[in-house]
Amino acid sequence: MTSTTLPAPAAVPATASAARAFAAKRRRTLLVGLAVFAAMAALPYLVRDVYLQNVLILTVMYAALSQSWNILGGYCGQISLGHALYFGLGAYFTSVLFVNYGVIPWGGMLAGGLASAGVALLLGWPCFRLAGHYFSIATIVIAEIGLLLVHNWDFVGGAMGIQWPFNPDSWWTLQFARDKVPYFHFALGLFVVVWFVTYLIEDSRWGYWWRAVKDDAQAAESLGVEVFRSKMAAAAVSAFFTAIGGGFYAAYVSYIDPESVMSFRFSLLFALPAVLGGIGTLWGALVGAAILIPLTEISRSYLGGTGSGLDLILYGLLVMLVALARPEGVLSLFKRSRTARNQEAAP
Amino acid sequence: MTEIILEAERVTLRFGGLVANADVSLAVRRGEILGLIGPNGAGKSTLFNLISGTYRPTSGRILLEGRDITGLPAPERCRRGIARTFQVPRSFDSMNVVENVIVGGFVRHPRAAEARAAALATLDVVGLAHRADAVAGELTPPEKRRLEVARALATEPRLLLLDEVLTGLTPSEAKAGVELIRRVAERGVTVIMVEHVMEVVMPLVDRAVVLHLGRVLAEGRPADVVRDEAVIAAYLGERRRAA
Repeated sequence: MTSTTLPAPAAVPATASAARAFAAKRRRTLLVGLAVFAAMAALPYLVRDVYLQNVLILTVMYAALSQSWNILGGYCGQISLGHALYFGLGAYFTSVLFVNYGVIPWGGMLAGGLASAGVALLLGWPCFRLAGHYFSIATIVIAEIGLLLVHNWDFVGGAMGIQWPFNPDSWWTLQFARDKVPYFHFALGLFVVVWFVTYLIEDSRWGYWWRAVKDDAQAAESLGVEVFRSKMAAAAVSAFFTAIGGGFYAAYVSYIDPESVMSFRFSLLFALPAVLGGIGTLWGALVGAAILIPLTEISRSYLGGTGSGLDLILYGLLVMLVALARPEGVLSLFKRSRTARNQEAAP
Repeated sequence: MTEIILEAERVTLRFGGLVANADVSLAVRRGEILGLIGPNGAGKSTLFNLISGTYRPTSGRILLEGRDITGLPAPERCRRGIARTFQVPRSFDSMNVVENVIVGGFVRHPRAAEARAAALATLDVVGLAHRADAVAGELTPPEKRRLEVARALATEPRLLLLDEVLTGLTPSEAKAGVELIRRVAERGVTVIMVEHVMEVVMPLVDRAVVLHLGRVLAEGRPADVVRDEAVIAAYLGERRRAA
């Protein structure tokens, strides 16, 4: 058998140093992450204005949700425009379990996350046989079906929605009437968890498999990649975290109805920050959300009266601009200059 | 003793009315370099797709080391030791070179660090180690061919299918490619190569099989095959026969 496999050349020094350089780069990424998150944690103490704090919370929440979307859309290349379904599932699980059964939101989020992952696998079974745009169209249609079902289902409040009871401030029930800072920290915590999971996945078999599936599924298969299983795994992880975000949103706004958590608008809002910032990257979703969400929130409060949808037109414009000027997202501005420097430095 | 590593038994593939491979029977010996030649549309790449699992034959069987693999999906065949390159390089362009190869490395090394070490060692073998951090999309065409070979080798195959890896290279690049294929074969990997460049491929291969219109037209030592009247007519063209 020895002759049938390719023996690795024993201890090639260049190979060892390349592996060490990679490990050092991973550690640097982690340290930068920690520094950024520590700085972000201090933000709400510097910004005391309640309106701006709300913008900060939404920015970080959408960064977390977009990062979750990015796992399936950015890394595995399956562009879902139906993630509002998982967001809604999380919001409804958390709300129904809390309001009707007294289950604390933490439990509801976990249950919603697991249920969403299960639904993602069920839907993935037929949908991942569809290629490219057909997959995206199917996700839109399925999310709309989910919206209609919830609209007409009295057990979950139908079109009336669910109002959360008012409780004293507590991390237990995730209710803070007087202070928005804890909400910010929960949203940031969620983003950090999703970021860290993405970081771990990036250098795992799934991470390489997913990117291979995105770039060229046929070539991936010839290299032993289980394409269908890769898509299913990415969808489950992505749906799980999207639902947790939905549960958080329900706790934050304390009232949900079908339109306010499951409309198509949300599906777009999960995809756009990652696309804008840099699809399939660790930081793209955060950078994109930091540009997009303040812009839309502020434009909505100033232009909101002039007709709904002007904020959506604004993102449409932004995405078109990025697609024309920087198809790989805002982050690629920095990446390009680095590879250019490396090339100049090379002998 | 010559052991058969791969056997195709009367393999036929039809696309509607078009018969891409008709009754192709083929036995590949362990350790040899087999050249698969034939004019455009002869069914060479189709046969590669059938062996690697991209297509299933309409009829016939494919055996790897005596075991029927006809119904197995491509990733499973890869784990059993079949690797391939593509005629038009299909690199993963959002990833860098070493990451491309790591994808193949996971077939034998489930842990990322080991897969990376194996990938770096493989890049060294194919002479692409200095480009490990380059984005795959930025490679030159000959470098992309090397990357295809590196990725396939990283799966530690017993049988390597090379689809026109020498086509379109300059003579010096082609010579380097030939040396690489020799090195791979010396490591005990059986190689089937589809190639157009006759003067390059004929000295390299131990045996040649000529496909024409989806059928096996001739088979034998390269020197004999190129003298075969039917082969000359079908592949080298009427002009050669007239000369």
